Amino acid sequence: MPLLLRQIAAPDVPMEADNITPDRLTGQGAADVERLALMHGSESRSIGDFFSATGSYDGIIDLQGDDLKRVKFIGAGMSRGTIRVEGDVGEHLGAGMGGGEILVNGNATDWVGPEMSGGRIEIHGNAGHLTGSAYRGASVGMTGGEIMVHGNVRNETGNAMRGGLIAIGGNSGDFTGVNMLSGSIFVLGELGIRTGAGMKRGSIISMKDAPLLPTFSYSCTYRPGYMTLYLLHLSRVFAIAEEYLQGSYKRYCGDSVELNRGEILLYAG
Amino acid sequence: MTECIQLAGGKVYDPANGIDGEVRDLYVEQGCMVETPSSSPRTIDVSGMVVMPGGVDIHCHIAGPKVNLARKLQPEDHRRDPHPGTEHTRSGAGGTVPSTFATGYRYATLGYTTAMEAAVTPIGARHTIEELHDTPVIDKGFYVLLGNNIFLQQLIRDGRKEEFRQAVAWWVNATKAYTTKLVNPGGDEPWKGKKNSNVKDIDEKSDFIPVSPRQVIDAFVDTVNELGLPHPPHIHCNNLGHSGNFQTTLETMKTAGDRRAHLAHIQFHSYAGELGKNPKSASREIAEYVNDHPNITCDVGQVMFGKSTIMTADAPLAYMLRGFKKGKWVNADTECESGCGIVPFSYQEHIYVHALQWAIGLELFLLSKDPWRIVLSTDHPNGGSFMSYPKLIRLLMDREFRREEIKRVNQKAINSTILNELEREYTLNEIAIITRAGPARALNLSNKGHLGPGADADITIYDEMADKEAMFNAPRYVIKSGALIIEDHEFRRDYYGKLLHTEPGYDESIVAEVRPFFENYYSIEFPNYAVDDSYLHDHEVIATV
Ligand SMILES: [Zn+2]
Repeated sequence: MPLLLRQIAAPDVPMEADNITPDRLTGQGAADVERLALMHGSESRSIGDFFSATGSYDGIIDLQGDDLKRVKFIGAGMSRGTIRVEGDVGEHLGAGMGGGEILVNGNATDWVGPEMSGGRIEIHGNAGHLTGSAYRGASVGMTGGEIMVHGNVRNETGNAMRGGLIAIGGNSGDFTGVNMLSGSIFVLGELGIRTGAGMKRGSIISMKDAPLLPTFSYSCTYRPGYMTLYLLHLSRVFAIAEEYLQGSYKRYCGDSVELNRGEILLYAG
Repeated sequence: MTECIQLAGGKVYDPANGIDGEVRDLYVEQGCMVETPSSSPRTIDVSGMVVMPGGVDIHCHIAGPKVNLARKLQPEDHRRDPHPGTEHTRSGAGGTVPSTFATGYRYATLGYTTAMEAAVTPIGARHTIEELHDTPVIDKGFYVLLGNNIFLQQLIRDGRKEEFRQAVAWWVNATKAYTTKLVNPGGDEPWKGKKNSNVKDIDEKSDFIPVSPRQVIDAFVDTVNELGLPHPPHIHCNNLGHSGNFQTTLETMKTAGDRRAHLAHIQFHSYAGELGKNPKSASREIAEYVNDHPNITCDVGQVMFGKSTIMTADAPLAYMLRGFKKGKWVNADTECESGCGIVPFSYQEHIYVHALQWAIGLELFLLSKDPWRIVLSTDHPNGGSFMSYPKLIRLLMDREFRREEIKRVNQKAINSTILNELEREYTLNEIAIITRAGPARALNLSNKGHLGPGADADITIYDEMADKEAMFNAPRYVIKSGALIIEDHEFRRDYYGKLLHTEPGYDESIVAEVRPFFENYYSIEFPNYAVDDSYLHDHEVIATV
């Protein structure tokens, strides 16, 4: 039986709930879980003040509530197990996670999976800015794992990403893949402006045409061998049109202000 | 207020009073060491423990605009090293450039109770004093950067010796500084005025103001000794980090003649070899000169492997270093008085130059014959954090540990030094000198660095352990000005130390000379420049000598 955490009280101010991870809840009974700490603003409170726990952890945590938007750091640092969320979640979801899975049936906001190194996050709604990014000041962001967002994301998706996969079913905002070092970002909808600014290596793929920076130059139109493999992988989660599998892609290389070894691929029909 | 305390049965290391590990009782009353207390003391049994005066850091960078810029530049450094508050102490952030609160508490947890910020521009003095006020536990002061000050260089050029002396004294007063600091004297102005220019020789005159580094050094050594500032000019020589720079360092010391001078982070200035090629060690030449000249004091500026932050008024040097790591960096101009550069850095065992710098620092410690004149420092955070002092102490005290560490670094670098042949192990008494008694004497802080009657009751008590790194990492008790701050390794109360500064006399008429220059060339009004007394909180004026 999964451990069910049902929200019983809305927080007055944002909460930091990094104890809500499989790593901290393994082997804990419902009563023990309710005693674990979370930060409510600047005060230390317990999970039980805001959630009722039932069942016990068997590899899955179910998190349900009407006001999870102000609950931050859910699944931060997790290495295994599954968290299933019903509702919209707060910032820093899965921050620094190394393994396991977070499934959100709702929207996420800024900082989904910052600096994650492994595992999987899937958001059925939209996410905010800085999905799969480095925290401010750090030179390396996401290094592994995958983030899949069915809806749209906002700016700086995959900032300083060095590995792993980010796939967006809808549109992305500006600066997608800014300062990217390697890894892959798929945007099935439209890219914003300044895609790949400062990228050294890595691949950014979109199914729509996009305005690119003048420091990216056109290489050729072709069908990269890996595209089929990636799109088949994505088709387990997203509806991938047959023509994307069969079609060609315009390749642009950049950013020439850096190494010029990154690529942006735009579906060409 | 502060308690009356008896420290019973500890092994006391108080080299200034000739006490080398003798078991004796010490008494503290009203913040001072006393022969016998007037009221009945609280007795703390410290038998089997090592008792030393509180540590004194003669050269570090812990407060002011450039330190704050380095903090802002590296949020990642802070995020990975939070410094939680306790019931008694405030929270902060660590990393190589900790926040003010974390800086004070972390010094205290190593048993350091005094630290001197080594480079503050006059225009940054107000900011520095504000930050030092928020740096808990330790007493502190700072050295004011005057070696690239255009107005003062013009006075040197014009041979106006008396006005120069008055102006230096005015500046020390106006900033509430402890002494003067020279950084790459004469080099920053050409750098700021013309692409890639710097002075390369101590006798080279810059195109900007025809004054050589030697003239600047001579003028400051002369004036500061005449004014009797408690600490002589604190000199960061020209050509820092360049192969062959030991000649410049020797010439700098020769310029001082037999007058007092302090050479900062001398390890960075002890390189042989050809300019533009890999450096070699010149530790023997430098150690020999320092050994033979009792007027010279120095601190080592040891490099410790791992993350550091280069922060310096030597702007051309910082610009050169930014090329090695291709990360973020800062270079800045400070009006008519200085330059500034900041580069996050890391020293790595396998890199020849880094391993050589590490080895040269250790050679200098081990070749030095007079521990009173060589001070333990890492030029925090340039050579490494002050948090690495315990490991450095172990490297000096424990030959076997040193040998093991030597094996882990670039062997080509080690083989070009004599480090492997140096058998010396520092004694506890010598460690007490290079971390406490020596720097206090070099600073003329007569109430610090010792435990005789009348001294400030700044005391550190360690459990005696074979592993000296562990021992110096966690004193069992720390007493600051008679207040028991740390007991059984835990903070028991908060404490705010005082600002140490000096007030050399000067003739008011010099203000009329400085003011027009200031009003012509500075961005702020002259009346807003000098730091007024309202900025002084708890402070102590250290008398001129
Ligand atoms: Zn320094």
